[in-house]
Amino acid sequence: MTHAVTRRAAMLGAAATSGSLLLAGGNAGAQQKPAELRVGITTFLSGAASVFGVPAKQAAEMLFEEINKAGGIGGVPVKAFFVDEAPGTDHLVGEYRRLVQNEGVHIIFASISSGSCLACTPLSDEMRKTTLLWDCGTQRIFEEGPHPYAFRTQGYGTPEVLAPLLYLLKHKPDFKTLAVINQDYAWGRDSWEMWKAGMDALKPGVRVVAEMFPRFGATDYSTEVTRLLAARPDVVLSTSWGGDLVTLVRQATERKLFDRSTFVLPVAEASLQTLGRNMASGHIIGARGDHWNNHPKPKDPARLAKFVDSYRAKFNEYPIYPCHHMAQAISAMQAGFAKAIAAKGGAWPNDQELANAFRGLTFDTPTSSITLREDGQGLEDQIVGMSTFTDRFPFAVPKDMVIFPAAMVSTPVGMKSVEWLKTLKPDILAQMAAPIAG
Amino acid sequence: MAEWLTDNGLLLGLALLDGLAYAALVFMVAVGLNMVFGVLRIVNVAHGSLFAIGAYTAASVGIFFASLGLPAWASYVALLLAAALVGGILGPLIERLILRRIYGQEEVLQLLVTFALFMILEDVQKLIWGVQPIMQDTPMKFLGTVEVPFGEDTIPFTAYQLFVLPGVAVATLAGLAWFLRRTLTGRVIVAVTTDKEAAMAMGIDAAKVTLLTFTFGAALAALGGALASPTTSLVPGIGAQTIVLSFAVVATAGLGQIEGAAISALMIGLGRSIAVYLAPEFEVVVPYIIMVAVLLVRPQGLFGVLETRRV
Repeated sequence: MTHAVTRRAAMLGAAATSGSLLLAGGNAGAQQKPAELRVGITTFLSGAASVFGVPAKQAAEMLFEEINKAGGIGGVPVKAFFVDEAPGTDHLVGEYRRLVQNEGVHIIFASISSGSCLACTPLSDEMRKTTLLWDCGTQRIFEEGPHPYAFRTQGYGTPEVLAPLLYLLKHKPDFKTLAVINQDYAWGRDSWEMWKAGMDALKPGVRVVAEMFPRFGATDYSTEVTRLLAARPDVVLSTSWGGDLVTLVRQATERKLFDRSTFVLPVAEASLQTLGRNMASGHIIGARGDHWNNHPKPKDPARLAKFVDSYRAKFNEYPIYPCHHMAQAISAMQAGFAKAIAAKGGAWPNDQELANAFRGLTFDTPTSSITLREDGQGLEDQIVGMSTFTDRFPFAVPKDMVIFPAAMVSTPVGMKSVEWLKTLKPDILAQMAAPIAG
Repeated sequence: MAEWLTDNGLLLGLALLDGLAYAALVFMVAVGLNMVFGVLRIVNVAHGSLFAIGAYTAASVGIFFASLGLPAWASYVALLLAAALVGGILGPLIERLILRRIYGQEEVLQLLVTFALFMILEDVQKLIWGVQPIMQDTPMKFLGTVEVPFGEDTIPFTAYQLFVLPGVAVATLAGLAWFLRRTLTGRVIVAVTTDKEAAMAMGIDAAKVTLLTFTFGAALAALGGALASPTTSLVPGIGAQTIVLSFAVVATAGLGQIEGAAISALMIGLGRSIAVYLAPEFEVVVPYIIMVAVLLVRPQGLFGVLETRRV
């Protein structure tokens, strides 16, 4: 069940809810079970990042429909209010306030962009509204200060960079040169800083032959590809995603760059379906988590198959990782409300009680279990593998998959990622599990 | 200097090849924008949408042709057909229904209207083609790659990038120059560009000329998009990226200047490519540094002519 928010509806909502807010008197006292559980969801509905945002919205709509058919959460039907992140953080901050004050949402899911999450988490503190960070990856959120009402229901940048680095060090330990080509924005720069810190600690002396940060949303990489062909690095790292990655891979494939260098693509999963046979075999690919459609040993195979099949039946494509991240946030929401309601003897929780329930919460996903540790960060395993083609999928999937337990590749609570990565010792490679064929 | 050139000469040679292809694509879009401004005196922000729709249409027609089992060379027909379709249908529609109402109005209003049109067309693209990247690279694959010597090594380039893109741009420039200077219709367009009132006093139907010019400009933008489509993945937002760069080219050249657009597209294309090799951190800003440097010295652009303000 979804609802498109119009300006008029917002004004009417403002009038209606301003009265109810006064009556509610904040969080104190018993909460009446609401007529509907209102969920504000910020995602990209336009612009280049809508390649993630729209599939995630579709996944949310599909799952909310299933939840409502099954009786809702705590007997309350769920209603989603979607907000577009694309206009920028100033706009989003206003929308966050509107969702809380005018629409009276009970919980917020924010966001895809790290910038959006960095803008929303202080608001969650200020407005005391439980906010599930459902997709953004910046390590800064919980490393720069506590956010008692914010919880990230998936992994984040550090494990998503470290796991492919460890895989590379194990798979191709003799590489001597590396080039990086990342998008010119926070994730592209931050992920390179983390990779470099980890690489310098674990394998000092690797020569970086090119550092390129083309414009976000670039439509042509031919010059960068030429430079990489000329430089002949042993390894090319790119944490790019979306249309940028698709274009880069296509141009690199066409010009045989994949034959000359080993690529490491930590965010490849979301683009593989689009790339089809244009992706080369034998390169290192990640999925920002463990939710590959060909997960070698999912915790709940039937649930994974149901999610993938339902999504495919409804939208004629395989779910990509933002769909899985959205599903994880929804699972966390269900588990969090169930825990909060149980703790209150069946009564509806207020904002504080709801936030308390998320601290330390463990919830199941189709592939594993995720625990929200004390700082609010979710511990999600990472799976990295080598691109290959099978009869089962018309696009590349990983083989020789290594499951990296979240605790192994996540920065300990209280430390900053780059500083922690600098302290890594090569013996961490010994902790790696053996690859699973897939 | 000589030593530096010895060390980097080969790289600069590669940058030249990349820059030519990039400049060719930018020129195709910028020249249409420039022509439209010359006659209509409107800075058309929606020009970027025509580029994007041209690209999407080319991909769709190419995919349709492939589904019919047509040979790979037919994908080139798809590129031209897409440009003709978008230019021939959307061009007149936009000019008749929207632009005609804002001729001679405040520039701010013209910008706002064309920007609104741009936003609407962005949404139309999403409604029709969705948000997931679309690829149709048959034209590029059809011609294969060419190995370019690089010292003792070779660097593969796509023949499409090396020959087709620059070739079409040069043909377009030559064709436009011939059309505008050697044909009656072209001379009529030049007359309206130079002095609309005088042209009308001589009996030229300015409304017909504006319609023709805009349709032609729209087709050029769509052709630029169609030519770009085999090399890139089509996603929401590609129109915005293109229009910003095209504005830089047009501003550098001087509004209304066609050969100037070609030269400034070359400057910007080559500048960007060289930056990727020598100072990649400046790649994004190089086109705008060139633009600002030119405008500081010549506010009317490299080839622009200062106009006496009419009172």
